[in-house]
Order: sequence, then C-alpha cells, then structure tokens
Amino acid sequence: MKDFWKRYSRNRGAVIGLVILAIVVVVAILAPLVFPQSPWRMVQRPFLPPLSMDQYPLGTDALGRDVMAGLAYGAQVSLLVGLVSTVAALLIGIPIGALAGYFGGWADDALMRFTEFFQTVPSFALAIVLVAIFQPSIYSIIAAIAIVSWPPVARLVRGEVLSLRSREYVEAAILSGQKSGTIIMRQVLPNTISPIIVLASLMVATAILLESSLSFLGLGDPNMMSWGYMIGAARTVIRQAWWLSFFPGVAILLTVLALNLIGEGLNDALNPRLARKGK
Amino acid sequence: MLRFILMRLGKAVIILIAILILNFFLIHAAPGDPAAVMAGEAGAADEKFIADLREQFGLDKPLLTQLGIYLGGVLQLDLGFSYRQQMPVADLIFDRLPATLILTLTAFVIALTLGTIAGVLASARVGKWSDTFISTLALLFYATPLYWAALMAVLVFSVYLNWLPGFGYETVGANHEGFARLLDIAKHLILPATTLGLFFMAVYMRMTRASMLEVSQLDFVKTGRAKGLKPGIIQRRHIFRNAMLPVVTLAGLQAGQLVGGAVLTETVFAWPGIGRLMFEALAQRDYNVLLGVFFVSAAMVLLFNLITDILYRFVDPRIRVG
Amino acid sequence: MMSNPVLSIRNLRIALPEGADREFAVDDVSYDLNKGEILCIVGESGSGKSMSANAMMGLLPDLVRPVGGEIMFDGIDLLTLSENQLMDLRGRRIAMIFQEPMSALNPLMRIEDQIAEVFEAHNLLSPKERSARALELLKEVGIPDPEKAMRAYPFQLSGGQRQRVMIAMALALEPEILIADEPTTALDVTTQAQILELIRELQKKHGMAVMFITHDFGVVAEIADRVAVMQYGRIVEAGTADEVLDNPSHDYTKKLIAAIPTLATDQAVAGIDKAPVLEVEGLCKTYVTGGGFLGRNPRVVKAVQNVSFTLAEGETLGIVGESGSGKSSVGRCLVRLMEPDEGMVRLGGHDMAKLKGEALREARKSIQMIFQDPYASLNPRSKIGRIIAEGPMAHGVSKGEAYANAERLLELVGLDASAIDRYPHEFSGGQRQRIGIARALALEPRVIIADEAVSALDVSIQAQVLDLLAELKERLNLALIFITHDLRVAAQICDRIAVMQKGEVVELGPAYDIFNNPKSGYTRSLIEAIPGREKDLAAVTVG
Repeated sequence: MKDFWKRYSRNRGAVIGLVILAIVVVVAILAPLVFPQSPWRMVQRPFLPPLSMDQYPLGTDALGRDVMAGLAYGAQVSLLVGLVSTVAALLIGIPIGALAGYFGGWADDALMRFTEFFQTVPSFALAIVLVAIFQPSIYSIIAAIAIVSWPPVARLVRGEVLSLRSREYVEAAILSGQKSGTIIMRQVLPNTISPIIVLASLMVATAILLESSLSFLGLGDPNMMSWGYMIGAARTVIRQAWWLSFFPGVAILLTVLALNLIGEGLNDALNPRLARKGK
Repeated sequence: MLRFILMRLGKAVIILIAILILNFFLIHAAPGDPAAVMAGEAGAADEKFIADLREQFGLDKPLLTQLGIYLGGVLQLDLGFSYRQQMPVADLIFDRLPATLILTLTAFVIALTLGTIAGVLASARVGKWSDTFISTLALLFYATPLYWAALMAVLVFSVYLNWLPGFGYETVGANHEGFARLLDIAKHLILPATTLGLFFMAVYMRMTRASMLEVSQLDFVKTGRAKGLKPGIIQRRHIFRNAMLPVVTLAGLQAGQLVGGAVLTETVFAWPGIGRLMFEALAQRDYNVLLGVFFVSAAMVLLFNLITDILYRFVDPRIRVG
Repeated sequence: MMSNPVLSIRNLRIALPEGADREFAVDDVSYDLNKGEILCIVGESGSGKSMSANAMMGLLPDLVRPVGGEIMFDGIDLLTLSENQLMDLRGRRIAMIFQEPMSALNPLMRIEDQIAEVFEAHNLLSPKERSARALELLKEVGIPDPEKAMRAYPFQLSGGQRQRVMIAMALALEPEILIADEPTTALDVTTQAQILELIRELQKKHGMAVMFITHDFGVVAEIADRVAVMQYGRIVEAGTADEVLDNPSHDYTKKLIAAIPTLATDQAVAGIDKAPVLEVEGLCKTYVTGGGFLGRNPRVVKAVQNVSFTLAEGETLGIVGESGSGKSSVGRCLVRLMEPDEGMVRLGGHDMAKLKGEALREARKSIQMIFQDPYASLNPRSKIGRIIAEGPMAHGVSKGEAYANAERLLELVGLDASAIDRYPHEFSGGQRQRIGIARALALEPRVIIADEAVSALDVSIQAQVLDLLAELKERLNLALIFITHDLRVAAQICDRIAVMQKGEVVELGPAYDIFNNPKSGYTRSLIEAIPGREKDLAAVTVG
C-alpha cells in the first residue's frame, strides 16, 4: 500500500488532481451547511456582477439566484451522477466482458455484436433520445449515461480476460481442477482490476461531462441545480452576464481535469513497468 | 476488397434496422399513449392529427404489424411527420444535413491535422518544456466541456474582439454569390469547427504521441539506425507510418462522438444543421424529429466507419494482402 | 597466427543508470576483432555481452553511457565521434544484425525497399541500380524465389528468410565488420544451422571480421575462431576456440561448459517392460486459423496427426521437434487444454479424451503440467503457499493439510518452506520453475508433462533444474513426458524419444538409438544440425 502511494505521488499532476477533487468533494458535502437555503431561491436583484457584494462573491443570475450556492449544490449533482452512473456501467460491462472473454465461441460472438451495436450508435444522441423519451429526472439521466458508457468497459475486460485465459497460471488452475467460477473470480478478475480502476476514473470524468451536456440542453432533472443547467440558462444572456457561464464551466473543467490527472496517476502507479518513456 | 465492402455494408444495414427497431420500441416504451408521444407534447396536437396518426401507424393493430408498417415507411424514406414544423421529418433532416456534414468534416480535418502534428512534435521533444506545454494544453482541451468552450469562444472572439462571426451559416441579408459566398461561409465556419474539434485534437495528439513513442522502441527502428539512416527519414518512413495505424482506427471510433458534439456546437453557434434541429425538437418535445435525427446520425457514423476501415486496409499490407 | 586487428577495444567501461543491479554494464573490457576471423562473445543473460557491440555502433539505450576506455577503429576512437560521423559508419563500414527477425523489419515496407534503403542512407547508386543490387544480395544469401521476395512484405516470409534479408542488408555495402547479436537464438535448430553456415561462407568470401554474440556454447563450438567469455560485465576468459572449449581455465567457463547437456546417451537399459501408465492412440487435432466471419484465407493446420505412444511408470519420454511440429499441441491435448478431434488417451483406467464435467475434473489429478515461462506460470497476486495448495483444496483436501503438504514440497524442490508466505516476484526464474514443479507434484499425479520447462532458463540454471527433475523422477518413480526443441536436453534426460514433424511422429525409440542410429531422414537432419556436435563437449573435466 505504501509502495502504491509512493509511486502515485511521483506524478505531480496526479497529486494536484487529487487535491482538486478533494476540494470539490468537500464543497459538495458542506453545501447544505454553508448555503442552507435552496439554490433556487431568489436572494438579490438579478444580474449582480461578481465581487460587487461581499455576500455574493460570484454574483447572481437572471432570476437573482446566488451563483456560488448554485456551484456548491451543482457539485453534489455532478459527483453523484458521475459516480453512480459509472458504477452502473461497470456492473453491466464487467460481467459481459468477462463472460465473452472467458467462454469464447458463440457466447463471445453474440455478446460482442451486442457491444458493437452500442458502440457504433452515436452515444450522446442516444443519451438525448433516452432522457427525452423517458422524461428527464436524475434516474433517467443516470440510466442513460450508464447505457451509453458500458461498451468500453466490456471491451477492456474482454480483452484482458482473453489474454489472461491463455496465461499459463490460469491453465495451471484449470489443470488442477478448479471450477470455472473460482478461476474467473480468483485468478482472472483480480489481475484485471488495475486497468478497470484506471478506466473507471476516466469514466467518471466522461459521465460528468455527459450529465452537464444533457443539462445544458435542458434535459437535466428540474429539481436539481446542475452546473450544465446554469450554463444553459445563461446562454441567451451571455453578453450581459458572462460570469454566469464562466464560473460553472470552470468548475466542470477543473473537476474533469482532476479526474483525468488522477486516472493517469493511477495508471502509472498500478503499472510501473508501463510508465512513460523519457522520465 | 469488394467482398469486404459488401460484408461491411451488410453489417451496417443490420445495425440500422436494429436502431429502427430500437426507435420503435422506445416510442412504445415511453410513458403515455404512443400516438401522443409521436404527435408531441400531450395536448399540443389536435385530436384529428392524433386520430390520423393512429390510423396511419395502425396503433390498434398488433405490435409486430405496427413494426412492419414502421419499417416499411422508413424504406420509402418516410420518417414520420412533424406536427410542430408541419413538414415531413425526412425533409427537415435532409434540408439541414449538408450544414452538419460541412461542420463535422471540417472539425475532423482540423482536429486530425493539428492533433497529429502536435503529437509528433511532442514525441520528438519528450521531457522538454515544449512537450509539457503541448501535453498540458491537450489535457485542458480534453477536459473542457464542448458547449462551454463554444460559449467562451463566442464571447471572446465574436463579442469582445469582433474578429469572427458568432452565429449562423452566412451573414444575414448579404446575398453573396460564388466565391464570396464560400468565403463568407468559411468565416462563419472557423469558430464552430475549431471548438468542435478541440476535444478530438487532444485525443489525436495524445494517441499520436504515445504511439510514436511506443513504435520508436521497436526493433525495426534500431535496424534503421544500424543502416545509418538519418533520423528524419527514420522518423517519417519507419516510425510515423507505423505509429499512425492505431490513430486511424481511433479516428473511426471517434466518429460517433463527433456527430454527438455537433448537437452542442450547432446549438451555441445557431448553425443550421441537424444538431440544432435536434435541440429545437427537444424544446418542443417533437419525438418524431428526435428519433429521425438519431437514425440519420447513426447512418452517418456507419458510413464514416466504413470509409476509415477501407482506408486502413489500404494502409496496412498485413490486412490487405494476408 | 598473425593477428590483424580491425577494431580494438581497450578498457571499455559502460555505466548503467541508477538503480540497476550493478554499476557497470561492461567493466574494463578489452578485446580485438581481427580481419577474417569470427570472435564469439559468450555469456548468460545480464552478462553485458551485447553492450560493447551497441557501444561500437553508438546504439546504446538512452540512459546507458560509456564512461571510460576506447574503441579504436582505423585509428579513430569511436567513442569520440559525433552522431553524424557515426551515421556515416553505420551500415557502410560496420554492420549489425540482431535477434528477433519477426520485429526487426518494418512491417509496412517491401523487402526491396528496405534493402535499397541501405544504399540510400549513404547516397549511393541510382534507384534502379539499388533494386538490381538488392536482388543480387537476396540471391547471395540464398533466399528461395528472390524475385518474389523482393516485392514481399516481412510478414510473408518465415523467420529464417527474414534473417537472411537482415544479412543481405548488412552485407550490402561490404562492411569491414559484421556484428551478429544472437541472430539465431529465435530460430529452429535446422534453420539455425543454415544461417550459421551462411554467415561462415559470407565471412570467408568477403573477408570480414565477425563478432558473434551468443549464449549457446554449441554455436561457439560450431563457428568460433576465437572466444571471449563474459560474466557480470567482465571478460573472465579469452582465447582461441580450441583453447577455451578444450581447456577452460576459469571456474565460470568450466561451470558453463559442464552445464551443457551432453549428447552421450547410455545404451538402453534392458527393456523397460513395466506396464504402461499412459497409452495414447490415434490422437488427432486439426484447427483452422484466420477464418472468422469474413472467412479470408483460412489456414487449416493439422497440428496433431495420428499420434500414438505409451509411457511406462518411472520412464521419461521425450517429444522433440521444431516449431510447428505439433509437440506442444500433443501435450495440451493430453491434458485437455486443447480438445482432441479423435483419439484415445488411457490413463488410470479412463479415457481422458472422452471425459467431461465432474469426471474430468477428478481425472485431472493424475496428469499435471510444468510450463515454459517462469514469469507467466505463477499468479502474481497469489502467495506461493496458495499457488501450491489450491489444487488439492479444489479436490477436497483441508486447508491445513494442503498447506503442510506445500511446505514439504517446497523443501523437496530445494526451496525454503518460508516461501509459503512470499509472492512470485520475489523469486528468480529458476526458483519459479521449482515452484511450478512443486505445484505439479501437489496433486500426486501419475504423469507429469514438462512443456519446454527449461527452455527459458540460462544454461547453468537449466542444468540445476534438470538435475532436480532427474532426482525427483528417481525418488517418486514419476512418469515424465518431456517436450522440447533442444536435442541436447532430450539426450540428457530422456529414456525414449519421439521425433515429431508437421504433426506426425516420424520416429520413436530409445534415446541411444535415436542419436546413434537414426532411421528417419528428418531425424538425421535434426541431429546433424545440432551446433557444436562434432566437438565432444562432454570431454571437459570439471576441476
């Protein structure tokens, strides 16, 4: 464990990413404490510019709502959706990939055709269609994101399992009479965990981008203040109030950036042999 | 080669049919009466229209028959009728398709060219500050939400600096002809195409850089050096050509996301393509149009994949000959 | 013998980056390359044998740098040359070929173009002339159908053919020095013999100085004029081939030569009339590659064709063949890692080939395997104890008993029982193979199949593991099937040998007969191809 942290912290970017993410998490957790009122409430006159009043350092929006409170609550939504949809996508993709890779043959063929189908259709367009038809809510958003995000997981897991299946220690396990289930759980999957973890961190980033894009288009959960929604609402008033689009965008950028940096850091820490050249 | 194309086309057709079936079931799975769903927001369409729909799609008949009617319709290029816009969906879409094609193709070319060049440069200067700079820039582009970048671009380049137009396809009321018109469109194209391409530029840059570094470790590069070849030739002929193979594959896989990104870009820049059409349809809850756009964009992606696959076969002799 | 040094290395020292297992890759090394002579640099992995060659060409890896000594060539110290000056030398006056023919050629360029490049690099000849010369070179190195080969891509040629292309490229500008870095290690023994012959011919014809790097003393015996033996970056012994091979003075050299399996076999001990423990009849396996949905050029591979043999208790049967002979496939079919199409495998009263499900699982106990790659045969995330105990536990043995057994087995194979709690990465290649053996023994099988079990090991470690296997065989009365491509190893350890070619058993008999009276033409050619066969390396006394 200690070894892992040592390797991880050698990558400065990864450490910065971790710090940024930690800040975002703290903000999300503390939001109801620091901003006890709902972010949908009108607190001042509309279009208050940033830094013009001490209480509202980021100003107010078209309906007089506190931008800072919006950012804080938006963090909750982004993290929640990002995490849950990624876990859901993993729960779909890992079994599909593992079964396809381990058993091969027609099971592999069938599952891979299925996966290919989902990979070929434009994922964002599909997400839009799904959320639109099933009505926007936090549940439909999470489901839609999970549905368009699982194929790369299945692909990755299948690839890893395929290569491991013919690895000699797996063959030895087969020869020693262990059952298929035991072999998959004990020999194969634990050795695929590292790439899955790296992929997962990148998927959370993508999920956050997806959720914000959907909210931007007006498909967000109408009861939840989301960063994407804030930018979408500010689109038509961009000339008068640039700060309404700017700050939520920066928040998204920083969070996604942090997750990407963490993903790279995890990659280097978990696969030291494959670390980048020229270091 | 011909056999390959036919097989891929066959596969594409199967996928398109699967999408249509998916569309069909989505309409029926949505909460509420399918006819109302197809007509748009509940209560928005008049009774007569809904009754017509019911009859046209045989909504009283068994499910499979309905599916048959639906598929048959698509084969005749009938993607339904938009009550809101009072036009056949197919017409709406094909009207706007060229604009989206221009946008996405331009964005793709910009992204691939700049991304590849940046990747090659960065790989040649690993560890130096220029590499760090390019890599950091790529990371930033990768993490930036597309629609936000578009908005910021409009703000900076159009509103404040007034260098480039921030919305639309052509200057309204200018009525240019021939070359002047082309130039006008090109000017309007710069901001949207570049913002759409930002993310993919980052993707190609990182892939190219990683691929170049990986290939440069391979044995045949050492052979090249042992022959006394100059580094430039080794870079171009040996490393670059081999390094680009996975990038071409990747480009094909990214097509879907490119088309998806068009929705956001066209919305911000008021670009008259099918992406913007989708946005408008969302606001109006016009499901027919939504599904129609989804279907057409999937077809675009499939076509693009086919082209990149063919290209790949040209480039890699192992697949072409072996 | 008048020596005529074309290149002299004096006190060369090459430093490794921090964190490596020693400070210098090459430490105070000196030797000469003489015109018209083949110098063999011999050593095991990690001895630094390739490093001085790389330094000559200026092709050392990034973080490795020369820190002392000189390399004198034609009056100039190569270490002081600029990159431009080195580029001029490379390919023209000093040429190099290396080990992996599979990856040493650009997969996207035709052979013709890759050879023509050598001329292009030095601005010689017109494009037409380059093509013509390329064709001549291909003819000179003996490529079959040279016109077709010119237009071919690397993947269309075999390993041996690709190596010939590499040699053609190296010869193109008639260099004074040819460096060959393990060029035949990845090739079949018959192909290796051809390539060695080719190098020797070409060297005589062009009068080059050849530096041949290898780990195989057989190769040294076959072609070396002079030899330098390296260990841990130092030259421990040098001299003419006769001197070093017949009268080695340094302990390490003696140890290396003694570790080489000899070709001497005992006259068959009076017929092993014991009852067979394994009977194989009519084993067949055919598979199709490159098919798939598109069905493009599917290749039908008849991996195993009608193979039959028996194995008695306490006997070691060798299955010998080159790559593609089907020997590994036979092993995998026996244990059902591959499903045979036809045939009977009778073991312990059951036909292994037909069992399914629970019965198969049960029967698996009787036949186990030791694998080739010590770095891939142990689960990196499992402790050694678990690796060995897993098998018995899957068959109902209690955990306590299985672990106690594991400790016992570890000691049996020469490792400390405390290894139970450690992870594979803490052990060396040879030790891992021992663990693999312990694992195979854990289920108390009646037959053990060793699938190239020592091929990935250095020759001195190989000798230890072979000794261990011989000892275990005695003690436990094991029936062993030994699959290998290395005839020397087969000669040392096998009682009977089956020679396979293209899926068929072409000859089967006692080891002595196979080596001294081979009946099949193929067996004869295999034996003749063994490098250094004429030199009886067994005659060395270890002292």
